[in-house]
Amino acid sequence: MIAALLALIASLLVLGLAAIAARRSPLATKLVYGGALALTLALLALAAVMLASLGQGAREAALPLGLPWLGAHFRLDALAAFFLVVIDLAAAAASLYAIGYGAHEPEPQRVLPFFPVFLAAMNLVVLAADAYSFLFAWELMSLASWALVLAQHREAENVAAGTLYLLMASFGTLALLLGFGFLAGAGGDYSFAAMAARRPAPWVGALVLALALLGAGSKAGLVPLHVWLPRAHPAAPSHVSALMSGAMTKVAVYAFIRIVFQLAGPPAWWWGLVVLALGGVSVVLGVLQALMETDIKRLLAYSTIENIGLIFASLGLALAFRADAMGAAAALAMTAALFHAFNHMLFKSTLFFGAGAVLTATGARELDRLGGLIHRMRSLAVPMLGACLAIAALPPFNGFASEWLTFQAILLSPDLPQWGLKLAVPATGTLLALGAALAAACFVRFYGLAFLGRPRSPAASAAVETDRASLAAIWGLAALCLLAGLFPGAVIDAIAPAVQASVAARMPLQTGLPWLTIIPVAASRSSYNGILIFLFITASALTVAAAVHRFASRAARRYRAWDCGFGDVGIGAQYSAASFAQPIRRAFGTAIFRASDVVEMPPPGSTAPARIRHSRIDPVWDGLYAPLVGFVWRLADRLNFLQFLSIRRFMSFVFLALVFLLLVLAVWH
Amino acid sequence: MTLPPLDTAHMLAGGLVLVSFMMLYQDRLSALINLLALHALVLSLAVAWQAWIQDAPELIITAVTALGFKAIAIPVALQRMIKRLGIHREIESVVGISATMLAGIGLVALALVVMLRTTASATPLAREDIALALSVILLGMLIMVTRRNAVSQVAGFMSLENGLVLAATGAQGMPLVVEISVAFSILIAFIVIGIFLFRIRERFDTVEVQALDQFRGERR
Repeated sequence: MIAALLALIASLLVLGLAAIAARRSPLATKLVYGGALALTLALLALAAVMLASLGQGAREAALPLGLPWLGAHFRLDALAAFFLVVIDLAAAAASLYAIGYGAHEPEPQRVLPFFPVFLAAMNLVVLAADAYSFLFAWELMSLASWALVLAQHREAENVAAGTLYLLMASFGTLALLLGFGFLAGAGGDYSFAAMAARRPAPWVGALVLALALLGAGSKAGLVPLHVWLPRAHPAAPSHVSALMSGAMTKVAVYAFIRIVFQLAGPPAWWWGLVVLALGGVSVVLGVLQALMETDIKRLLAYSTIENIGLIFASLGLALAFRADAMGAAAALAMTAALFHAFNHMLFKSTLFFGAGAVLTATGARELDRLGGLIHRMRSLAVPMLGACLAIAALPPFNGFASEWLTFQAILLSPDLPQWGLKLAVPATGTLLALGAALAAACFVRFYGLAFLGRPRSPAASAAVETDRASLAAIWGLAALCLLAGLFPGAVIDAIAPAVQASVAARMPLQTGLPWLTIIPVAASRSSYNGILIFLFITASALTVAAAVHRFASRAARRYRAWDCGFGDVGIGAQYSAASFAQPIRRAFGTAIFRASDVVEMPPPGSTAPARIRHSRIDPVWDGLYAPLVGFVWRLADRLNFLQFLSIRRFMSFVFLALVFLLLVLAVWH
Repeated sequence: MTLPPLDTAHMLAGGLVLVSFMMLYQDRLSALINLLALHALVLSLAVAWQAWIQDAPELIITAVTALGFKAIAIPVALQRMIKRLGIHREIESVVGISATMLAGIGLVALALVVMLRTTASATPLAREDIALALSVILLGMLIMVTRRNAVSQVAGFMSLENGLVLAATGAQGMPLVVEISVAFSILIAFIVIGIFLFRIRERFDTVEVQALDQFRGERR
């Protein structure tokens, strides 16, 4: 089975090479994306079968590649199978979408070779079972996605984003490399099996946690390592943005689970606290910035930070529960994390696909230049509404189910023995609740400005429907969002083996319960039934809609004579991106982002227009990265003279370094 | 620390260190090249001795190569080169002989301490040999960094390489392929450096590397 998976991944790599050969052919786009679709569908089917059949077993394979004394080890357990499903579902959808979307690509030869390699690398990371193959695949993933970010390299902004991404990715890999080094210890056996068998000392475990947070967190976009994400994700073509946000961040989540839950030894209670706090901060900062952003793709990228924060908060809960040997609670929190990872892949991919379709139809990414697309792009507007509801965590969609599970896990925190956790978990819960509410506001704003109202630019009023392949991908994922929300019990049971593989406990079986209800802890505590909620919401919404149509829309209204039936005619009189966000900006932005609105009134008699200017800072960038960049520049200035020494000086430096190392060796022994 | 048994191999390796010290304070170019030939001669004797005691006939090839190339061909070529360059009588100002010699003694002490401490499990013969070889390597580097003239830097580099060969043959079993490839890379390095010397000379009328720095507008 694993041999078949590896063969499919190798075929993806070959497809990347073939794309180089066929780059001039007019059929290349369709062939490469069609091939990627077929291969990822096969991978998806295999992974799904394995997730269902593997239980707690595992399949292993070793190839004579890589380091000669280590080889390349691959291992497929339930956790890996679950993440393979997530990655390959996103990859198959992105390939299908790109069959249509790729036709609009100005330079397809810059995307085609790297796209299958990117997919193959993400699959390989999940399958790798030794540090060398893991880091190799991880770097391949980073480099392939970096090349894809630079696909439209003629825009200076994209080049800057690519450079920042490359820097952060190298930094993250360095952290992971050090982490694996600590896990392998002096023995230097880099296979995961040997690392798991070795019980590291507590301080080593804590160090590995910190390094995993740096390495996986920088790839996932955890605050404060997120700065590259809102720049790099939107810079790539939209199907790649969807993959980076939907799938690559999940690979980072996988890396974190694999390292911290399986390799780093038994957790201390405060580990969960650290992860929880980072997750909570990510949720609030991510969603606030999404709420103030006016570029649709960047808005979606900021929302990714929020969702990653949510997943990490659940992982922190799982760590805390596991440290206190509360198996059922840990399983609940881990289920919430994995379920949300799956959900986020579904709706964030849908939204990025939709953003790409809007971009090709209108050429605009600014919310203030969109509007009214619900009339021009009818068949896009419906699944986008579904995805917005799902990401806003509204029932009966899947986002609600997973966030509800997270809150159920938070409600179990009074059983924790440590006071630090007893206080911190509910505090994080309030952050998550705030984040959920703000996310709803954010996506009301997104959908309302882009799809409702009247077109804010000529480009938006001239938009046309997108192609069928793109629509098929968008509709398919949106339908899955609804299905996963209606039948959360089935999803929970499907991911139970992965949960068992990571926290050695599982949630009670959900599929046998009457009326498709889910009961995470006990019936007396809480239960949720997606179908009933769906029926209730549908019935009440239809009633309200009928009433509105009957008593408001159809009723005769009177307007002034020459207003064409509208109350006011100015397009600018609608809500704008800035005006919708203004209450939030006033409430939160002044403290956190130092946001300010300055009104410039022209002096009396002047014909200049009055202007309102908004400004805000990025607290993480200005507080952490700008000083760091300044320090590096100053250091580089100081060390600049080293570049202009004589040959003899250079040789002397090498010589002195050698003597110094020998001296260290002499003293050390 | 018990004294390891001494042997003819040690005498030859020690001789190599001694010649390195002689190179360290020799400030005449042609004498330096003669010493380099002597260095290679002692090396070929040491390797031949190793071939005999290890019963490894392939080391004879190494010894003959060392004798042919390093003790005869390269020194002769270098002598002709400095004659053509007209610098064969030149006296080089080295940093300061006493300071350099003291530094050299320190390096030998360091090499012995490091090697005897770290290779406690190896056979005493190999330990001593490798320690002396490391001394030769470090002294070669010291020659390179204390000289200003490119030709004497080449001589230092060559003596460093002799130290590498000594280490490899003393450790019983460097494959011949590796040995030959090292020898060839050294030969090529020699050719390249030779060509560069003439190029530098053509441009700057001297082979003092200082001239390169002046050309770059640097001050020392």
